[in-house]
Amino acid sequence: MPEIKELVKDLADKHGRNRESLLPILQGIVTEERFISDVAMTEVARELDMSAALVYGTATFYSFLDTKPRGKFVIRVCKTITCDMKGKKQIVKTLEELLKIKVGETTKDKNFTLLETNCLGWCHKGPAMLINDEVFTELDEDKVTEIIDDYMRNI
Amino acid sequence: MPNTKLKRVDIIFSEDCVYKDVLADNLKKSNEDILKDILDSGLRGRGGAGFPTGLKWKFTSQETEEEKYVVCNADEGEPGTFKDREILTRVPLKVFGGMAICAKVIGAKHGYVYLRGEYQFLKADLEKALEEFHSFVKELGFDFQIHILMGSGAYICGEESALFESMEGKRGEPRNKPPYPTISGFRNKPTVINNVETLVYAFMICRIGAGKFHELGTTDSRGSKVFSISGDTPIAGIYELELGMSLEDFVEEFGDGDTKAVQVGGASGFCVPRKKFKDTIIGFEGVPTGGSMMLFNSSRSMYNVLKNYVEFFEEESCGQCTPCRVGCQQLKKGIEAIKKGEKSAHYLDTLQKLADTMKVSSKCGLGQSVANSFSSIVDNFREEMIY
Repeated sequence: MPEIKELVKDLADKHGRNRESLLPILQGIVTEERFISDVAMTEVARELDMSAALVYGTATFYSFLDTKPRGKFVIRVCKTITCDMKGKKQIVKTLEELLKIKVGETTKDKNFTLLETNCLGWCHKGPAMLINDEVFTELDEDKVTEIIDDYMRNI
Repeated sequence: MPNTKLKRVDIIFSEDCVYKDVLADNLKKSNEDILKDILDSGLRGRGGAGFPTGLKWKFTSQETEEEKYVVCNADEGEPGTFKDREILTRVPLKVFGGMAICAKVIGAKHGYVYLRGEYQFLKADLEKALEEFHSFVKELGFDFQIHILMGSGAYICGEESALFESMEGKRGEPRNKPPYPTISGFRNKPTVINNVETLVYAFMICRIGAGKFHELGTTDSRGSKVFSISGDTPIAGIYELELGMSLEDFVEEFGDGDTKAVQVGGASGFCVPRKKFKDTIIGFEGVPTGGSMMLFNSSRSMYNVLKNYVEFFEEESCGQCTPCRVGCQQLKKGIEAIKKGEKSAHYLDTLQKLADTMKVSSKCGLGQSVANSFSSIVDNFREEMIY
């Protein structure tokens, strides 16, 4: 996969080739590819001259560094107690119906992945979710439907 | 126990402060004078643990290493906490100013803001503010650079030594202590690591003087604190309040009239039931908090609350030490089994013992603090765990 090679090289040029550059490089791969494949991990190891096990160990530790294929848009719904109390379950149900997938799955067209995550820091405006890096708060069924419609139109 | 009345304070977000003047004035002061101010103010860390900030700065300043660092812990992940996001959104220059004053005192040339991945959207604005900050310190002839590093969704990285590991590109697994960060922190160099809010208070103490800060609060908990208030309250949000108020006053102001319990300090904090509101003081002499205050009214099942917390810890445990890794899993399995009737109610006592064991044998604050919420919820709402 020449593109991955290219991407890893560019990221290493930008962030450096030592251990401290590892996290920014992995984050850069996720931004571009939405997940870090085995090939990408081996490539990072080669570029930074370290063992692939070290790269794997770091990559699998962090919940935002996905090592499984993800959709173009990763939806993370906050599942912490205050969002839960404000109706998070209904939001997840609505999303599941809209996207026709369950939590943890990716749509067939590889556009959306639905996940749950721990506290997003919007407890006073729950329920909250992230779509990639964008935050949406005070969600209800209508709002979620509108947001997903918007994303679907702009794919 | 002496306590204060509930009082709103305006220090952190106060607009009566030109950050440039404060910074310029303080960079001219002697290190001893600044240290004395921070020590005299009685400021303690606002991330939750409450270590005296002045001492942290003093210990690091006494180290003879050439290279030292100041790190701003913006990995706010405690359930129910969102004050650091607000502070970084509204007054980022005060945060950077606090870091610069600290850097001067300890002799650091580089500072780092470790920002949680969930707050990626803040980064662009922070970088813009940072540009302004850098050009101003350059004008002052002060050699200090701040860098922003991103986290990637790991609660444990808010633990200081795990945060250093993460900054160094490793798994965010806490280190053994001692040595403490003041001796061996980022890159094993002497490091001051402070919470976002602590840095702003340090900066504001340099502006308003130690005395003004010291006269707020109680003997053990000087000053004020930014609270993140959520749950069953009609007025959820961010409030800066004087420390040392009773939980009763707090609930009177923020409750919805039907408050059954307040979780003080997030999932790693304590659950206080209604009957103890009167005798509970919010502060280091009573129940400390990093800012998280979650209110629950009588419609809420405390079993669901506890289950949510235990699941949180089970996921966020780094897995390095056995008491925390296995303990969290067993606590979760245990309460589920009791609820289903597969285990007798007495099994709760066994689980309590497990939580106590985790408290003394876990390596870091995460595993040690699971028992706080577990025991305080099980003790006070035992029947809700069983039926």
